[in-house]
Amino acid sequence: MNRNIKDTIVEGITGICVLMIIFIIVSILVITIIGGWPNLNWAFLSEFPREGMTKGGIFPAIVGTAIMTIIMAVAAVPFGVITAIYLAEYANEKSVIAKTIRFAVKTLAVVPSIIFGLFGLGFFIGFVGKNLDSLLSGGELRWAQPNILWASLTMALLTLPVVIVSVEEAIRTIPRDMREASLALGATKWQTIRKVVLPGSLSGILTGTILAVSRGAGEVAPILFTGAVYFSSHLPHSLSDQFMSLGYHIYIMSTQSSNVDATQPIQFATTLVLLLLTFSLNAVAVVLRYRIRKRAK
Amino acid sequence: MVTFNKKKFRFSDWLAEKVIKAVAFLSIAVVILIFIFVFREAFPIFRMDKKTAVSTETLVQESYGSEGTVNAVDKSADNQVDNSNKKQIATDKPSATLLSNTWMPVSDNPRFGLWPLFLGTLKVTLIALLFAAPISILAAIYTAMFAKPRIREVIKPVIELLAGFPSVVIGFFALMVMATVLQNIFGYASRLNAFVGGIAMGLAAIPIIYTLTEDALTAIPKTYIEASLGLGASRRQTAFYVILPAAVPGIFAAVVLGLGRIFGETMIALMATGNAAMISMNPFDSVRTLSATIGAEMAEVVFGDTHYNVLFLIGSLLFIFTFALNALAEFYFKNVVVRKYQSRK
Repeated sequence: MNRNIKDTIVEGITGICVLMIIFIIVSILVITIIGGWPNLNWAFLSEFPREGMTKGGIFPAIVGTAIMTIIMAVAAVPFGVITAIYLAEYANEKSVIAKTIRFAVKTLAVVPSIIFGLFGLGFFIGFVGKNLDSLLSGGELRWAQPNILWASLTMALLTLPVVIVSVEEAIRTIPRDMREASLALGATKWQTIRKVVLPGSLSGILTGTILAVSRGAGEVAPILFTGAVYFSSHLPHSLSDQFMSLGYHIYIMSTQSSNVDATQPIQFATTLVLLLLTFSLNAVAVVLRYRIRKRAK
Repeated sequence: MVTFNKKKFRFSDWLAEKVIKAVAFLSIAVVILIFIFVFREAFPIFRMDKKTAVSTETLVQESYGSEGTVNAVDKSADNQVDNSNKKQIATDKPSATLLSNTWMPVSDNPRFGLWPLFLGTLKVTLIALLFAAPISILAAIYTAMFAKPRIREVIKPVIELLAGFPSVVIGFFALMVMATVLQNIFGYASRLNAFVGGIAMGLAAIPIIYTLTEDALTAIPKTYIEASLGLGASRRQTAFYVILPAAVPGIFAAVVLGLGRIFGETMIALMATGNAAMISMNPFDSVRTLSATIGAEMAEVVFGDTHYNVLFLIGSLLFIFTFALNALAEFYFKNVVVRKYQSRK
């Protein structure tokens, strides 16, 4: 009897921990929705900020985030997919090269995002941009300053491991028989990859892209000093323009705006927009991934 | 004789393999480049000492202000223009102030003491870990051992959703809601402090520790569980005396990776810790973490300035630390787990 009571108590404690985590998740969601919903309307989504950021909408921040994540995905997805193909199809698991690449990918996944920001500043702006300037325009300042291109590329490095991991997982679920059938029919390895492996891992590529976009849309630290601005009166129309981003907007508005209280509804509504965006993207990715894993079984 | 297994050389195949291999090397290249470029910008802080050391001497001599020293300055200095420029510059060597107790990068006599930042980071990390590690490990035990399969299918994705919350959203929630709620409960003085920041950063680490612990627990062979249950042990006894000890290396790796996440977290630190660099052991005082210092000050520094270099130095330290943590989790713990099973099978 004594043992049964103990069992119940311990199980209860662990169960409470689960409930606490879920409670926190739900309260973040509910409070953001309650705070942001009243202010969330079409005008808020489609207008520029007005009257010193205290009125108006977040249109440029939405567009800036969208452009940034698109450039980021264009840069990160091909490299991520190819690296995943290498790891799953070509690499010899025991070779030093494969192990080093794997370790490098894991390192990229755990390096703090602010370090990517520093790297973007030191490498893209201070090195690549500077040399581009002296090459293209004889030292006239154009690329050696924060802009949307450098911010996107910095973010692409951050999201590279996300793509690699999802794509590799999907490639590994493709049955061996299919590869062998293709090879037995006389197809070369590259043909097999193109005609069998890649089509089979499309859902994985999609999952990786979605997860990367969701991560990139939410991260702020890497773009703090590589391209994001507080306010811009126009949308970015070239790669060397700076841009507004949803996450940066939340950060600046809640910590450094001149009147934090007056702009609170805007802050909550912006947070709600960002949360809905990343949340729906993640939900799609979870469903896709669930289907991939089911196939694996 | 016809040889069947002779492979025909195909250029497209050969090229594809080379290109794929080359691209795969990009990840290694990026890690190395990060090393080089973050360290490169941090390095000048140690070279700068000589130049400022000269100005220190002249400043000391002139402050005693006799005719003799003026002559000495004329003789000893290579060019006077340089000297006159340096009169206003710091009296302390920048690298010598790194170990001092004050972080005052913007002043006439800038001091780059890293101790308050180290202490702040340590404090916040400790609070976050003490909050996140037990709750996520216990939750993982519930999910892996006690929950019914249908409930588990719900719990796992819901908790993993937390990983999808951008850290700026968690920071905003901490700043707007948690800070007020916790202040009302505990009644401390400053609204934003190490405690609030630590709890908020713990939230960011929970999904990492939870998922990896759950993985480690479910990776234990089913035969262990069945043997234990078959001997008459309850599920709780099996969980705590059989599964948990066997999964310890994996759980350690999970905590270490969670620690790395907390340590490098920037946005939550910027928004919820109060950002005051001071030396205090009180968990309810405001703190400034290493990463938040970079995030808050980098936008305002002059390119190539001492302050700029010191911020990169902090970045290098963060990078080394997380790199080491990752290597530890990757090589040490994983190898321990693998060896353990190989010897038992």
